[in-house]
Amino acid sequence: MSTAPNSSPPLTKVKRSNLTASRLRAALLFLAPMLIVLAAVAGWPLIRTIYLAFTDANLTDLSSAQFIGFENFYAVYDGETYGLLVDPEWWNAVWNTVKFSLISVSLETIFGMAVALVLHASFKGRGIVRAAVLIPWGIPTIVSAKMWGWMLHDQLGIINGMLMSVGLIHEPIAWTANPDTAMWSVIMVDVWKTTPFMALLILAGLQMLPSDIYEAAKVDGVHPVKVFFKITLPLIRPALMVAIVFRALDALRIFDLIYVLTSSSTNTMSMSVYARQQLVDFQEVGYGSAAATLLFLIIALFTAVTLTAGKVKLSEEA
Amino acid sequence: MHKKIKTSLFYALVALIVVVSVFPFYYAIITSFRGGTELFSASVLPNSVNIRNYISIFEEQPFGTNILNSILVATTVVTISLALAVTASYALARIHFKGRGLLLMTILSVSMFPQVAILSGMFELIRALGIYNSLPGLIVPNTVLTLPFTVWVLTTFMKELPKELEEAAIVDGASPFVIVRRVFLPLMWPALVTTGLLAFISAWNEFLFALTFTLVNEVRTVPVAIALMSGASKYELPWGNIMAASVVVTVPIVALVLIFQRKIVAGLTAGAVKG
Repeated sequence: MSTAPNSSPPLTKVKRSNLTASRLRAALLFLAPMLIVLAAVAGWPLIRTIYLAFTDANLTDLSSAQFIGFENFYAVYDGETYGLLVDPEWWNAVWNTVKFSLISVSLETIFGMAVALVLHASFKGRGIVRAAVLIPWGIPTIVSAKMWGWMLHDQLGIINGMLMSVGLIHEPIAWTANPDTAMWSVIMVDVWKTTPFMALLILAGLQMLPSDIYEAAKVDGVHPVKVFFKITLPLIRPALMVAIVFRALDALRIFDLIYVLTSSSTNTMSMSVYARQQLVDFQEVGYGSAAATLLFLIIALFTAVTLTAGKVKLSEEA
Repeated sequence: MHKKIKTSLFYALVALIVVVSVFPFYYAIITSFRGGTELFSASVLPNSVNIRNYISIFEEQPFGTNILNSILVATTVVTISLALAVTASYALARIHFKGRGLLLMTILSVSMFPQVAILSGMFELIRALGIYNSLPGLIVPNTVLTLPFTVWVLTTFMKELPKELEEAAIVDGASPFVIVRRVFLPLMWPALVTTGLLAFISAWNEFLFALTFTLVNEVRTVPVAIALMSGASKYELPWGNIMAASVVVTVPIVALVLIFQRKIVAGLTAGAVKG
């Protein structure tokens, strides 16, 4: 990677390679503690989880786990099929997670773009608006889940109160319990909480754009909508793609919001909630680990596909 | 006239954005001051100043201990992460070696992978170390969250510092360790504050590990304590208490976010956007 010019005289060359060697040694020394810790707290547990996925481990006694091959994923006994791959609840969780991720990330991108464009314009009180927008981002997820859970309360919630007083609904709706609205409640809270993050990332992208193009477009009298689609959007596409990929990865592993807002309801259960329920509530560590492993694989696959297909550059060297 | 309509539409949009962003937190605050039957009023205006909820969360349950636990866990995790990340990010940002890009991608993917994927392995590890249901048992898994993130953001910051800085020190024969300590560390303070703050917030908010690796209220952190607050019966949640607790833990975080907003935005974009 470092290309020392070949024309340099032999003496400096030796000195330079000595320097390079000592810097490489330093790099190893500097990285070692971090890598060891990371391997111990992330690498090892991940390997163990994948191993446990192929066992019949139970929470009460992990040490008595027996290796059972792929039986947690798929097995046939007396013509009946068992395992995750034929478990309708698992597929329900997969479908819920995909639906949640697609809709919430799309909405966050659209709203985030709108908020970013507003914040990019210069107007009185912009600082206050930016501060206000940061508030949802700063509020802990659990707190926002509880706050919205209270506002969406079927009997005492202010949302039902408001909607009924303007006559939009005639009787209170149990937003988080009703199968038709539960997923939308989760999506709404997530969009509320995460749009600021999206908006700030997009705003940073907007602020890096050269202003002369916009002046030229203005001189030529190009309509602002056309300017947005023909100039702004193509220019911030790389930054936008990175933000979307980050958000999508985050959405695919969603746990806390769903767990607190709708607990273990099958209407909204995500892959993470499903895996934890198997692991902790049902004590089926083997089966739960299998679900966790599948989730890990899905996310790894998603990352690989987007990185290669979308040509998203996350660092100069990647 | 046309312009006037446009301007007022724009300000209407601005007002909408502000109201939607702020209202839920505002409503949580006014709810937290309502006690007993006042909770039945769905008024959007503050109509009572009852601090009973605030007293009861500290008297009837160990919420003070929960706050202390959260502070202890988050501070320890951030300190460990920053200490390990400063030298590591120097190596990743300033020294060219084979496989650097791959290593950076691996670190980034660790911060993006689903926490539930290490849940059972981590449970086993924590039980083996004998730190289940204790604060160290929360510090270990939280490191997974903050360490890769800290390394990644600090590396991005470190890459942006000018090359000349280091070249002068190298010519003077300074060792890499001296370079980090004398040249980079003094320049890195703002970045360390930003990264530390973001890592602190993510450790403060962590829920899955804290929920799974604790058994009793005395070792729980704030998010878990709030999530598990229950009332006299299963069907009757103490909403006043929950809102009071929410306000208590959110006000400092929101204050921090607003005070450091410029730094936080810089840190967030360093963590994600590389256009």
